[in-house]
Amino acid sequence: MLFLQQLINGLTSGSLYALIAVGYTVVYGIVQLINFAHGEVFMIGAFGSLAVWTIFFQGQTSILILIPMLLGAVAASVGVAVLMERFAYRPLRHAPRLAPLITAIGVSVSLQEIVRLFYPGAKSPLPYPQIDYVSGTALQLGDITLRRSAIFTVGALVVSAVFLWWFINRTKLGRGMQAVSQDPDTARLMGINVDRVIVVAFALGALLAGIAGVAQGLQTNSISQIMGFTAGLKAFTAAVLGGIGNVAGAVVGGLVLGVAESLATQFIPGAFGGTPWKDVWAFVLLIVVLVFRPQGLLGARVVDRA
Amino acid sequence: MTVTHSAPAAPPADGGAVILQASGVIMRFGGLTAVNSVDLTVREGEIVGLIGPNGAGKTTFFNCLTGLYKPTEGQVIFNGAVLPPKPRAVVLAGMARTFQNIRLFNNMTALENVMVGRYCRTSSMALTSIFRGPKFRREEAATRARAQELLDYVGLGRSSELLARNLPYGDQRRLEIARALATDPKVLLLDEPTAGMNPQETRQASDLIFKIRDSGIAVVVIEHDMRFIFNLCDRVLCLVRGETLVEGSPTQVQSDPRVIEAYIGTGDDDEDEGAST
Repeated sequence: MLFLQQLINGLTSGSLYALIAVGYTVVYGIVQLINFAHGEVFMIGAFGSLAVWTIFFQGQTSILILIPMLLGAVAASVGVAVLMERFAYRPLRHAPRLAPLITAIGVSVSLQEIVRLFYPGAKSPLPYPQIDYVSGTALQLGDITLRRSAIFTVGALVVSAVFLWWFINRTKLGRGMQAVSQDPDTARLMGINVDRVIVVAFALGALLAGIAGVAQGLQTNSISQIMGFTAGLKAFTAAVLGGIGNVAGAVVGGLVLGVAESLATQFIPGAFGGTPWKDVWAFVLLIVVLVFRPQGLLGARVVDRA
Repeated sequence: MTVTHSAPAAPPADGGAVILQASGVIMRFGGLTAVNSVDLTVREGEIVGLIGPNGAGKTTFFNCLTGLYKPTEGQVIFNGAVLPPKPRAVVLAGMARTFQNIRLFNNMTALENVMVGRYCRTSSMALTSIFRGPKFRREEAATRARAQELLDYVGLGRSSELLARNLPYGDQRRLEIARALATDPKVLLLDEPTAGMNPQETRQASDLIFKIRDSGIAVVVIEHDMRFIFNLCDRVLCLVRGETLVEGSPTQVQSDPRVIEAYIGTGDDDEDEGAST
């Protein structure tokens, strides 16, 4: 029973990692850039949804509010991601690899500080609204506690993953993304607008990160401007674990990471068990996988056959 | 596919309208002049051959035409308008190419490769595809149908679901041609389309190129296989060290002593492989 409970907890946090990890991996697959500011895109999504609630629906809890909140989250995330691509990364497209990487760290810090300074009350963590049917209240199934937010999170991952598979394999822009990730020069010679494809990759990652922002708020009932750091780091780990550049790998990596760390917390005995060691075991898993399978669990393939 | 030895149709000579005109194209890399004032005129319905020893600048010239390189000097006029040296603009204007080293999207199926070629001729954008409007579905279906049609056209109809990297070598070359045709070109540039092919595959390639020409597309071919090129082309240009040595009908070029010298060599060019194929 304990095992099942931890499995559920792991799948929940794993789904969250997976939703964010997709953003790292899609962007990496197209432009070979680790966008370290992606955790902040997730954070901005959470704040976007909170802003919608605060401005339009203060005090309400109806499930229907979730839709405008999700839209707000996605709009904020995608907006920020597209702007950062346009003004921070595009000018550095042909610069040495280190330049955009450092820029990404700069963008990350800037976004945190902007939210801290300009979002009202964001200097300390803000409470996140409770929404009917999806907020943290527990469902009791025998001995197992199933939080409603967990169902929302896992469901969001499933829907997103199906959408993503369809988008990459069944649409023109998705084919364009595959082509650019495999050979940008040839793609350009086939008439693909590479800049546009790159923007779409950023937007796609941000879309899932925005949804993840809402899921996180519903789970923890509070959000802060630094929430993107740890989540981003874990999601990046998940992306590398699954094989960076591989969309299916990001999903698998996220779930494996989530489950592994929650099982480790519960079942590793003595001084090395328990919540304080959660992150340690997550990174130990990363190191072990990288030693034996440097390309990641599913292999570092380009964005294809997602 | 039946293998026939069709003789080239009588060159339309001055008949067709000029579709592509490159004048005074110069490409320098630092101190090296890879292409030195090359002129090329291509008329509608024509097959033009580009020959020359290795390193003569043939592929560099193609790269200048297709916007992969920005020529140091000279300009390319396509269908009456100056062509900007940007790959996308070149494709949109109606010029497509294949590559000396096959450059397919290896992890995509043959059909998907060709569908990528349709990219610039279709309009659906992010929002229409997300909401799956009827226009999106129609266009997607049309793209798929057209891609399949092109695969049939080059004789790969039955391989459409295979990954490009798993296709036999000769089929990969034909797939590249199908992908280029998918962009609806008016001029098709082929960079060594028969490199590494056996004689039968080479004949099939000739037939395919004639078929493409007959469908109204002008073709420019880089080749080392002399029999292939002289059988195929209406006009041949011989480049040596970045400059045009001779231009004329296959018979003229074939018998020109300077061409023979450039290929067979006068002692310092001995190892050119062109003469042996």
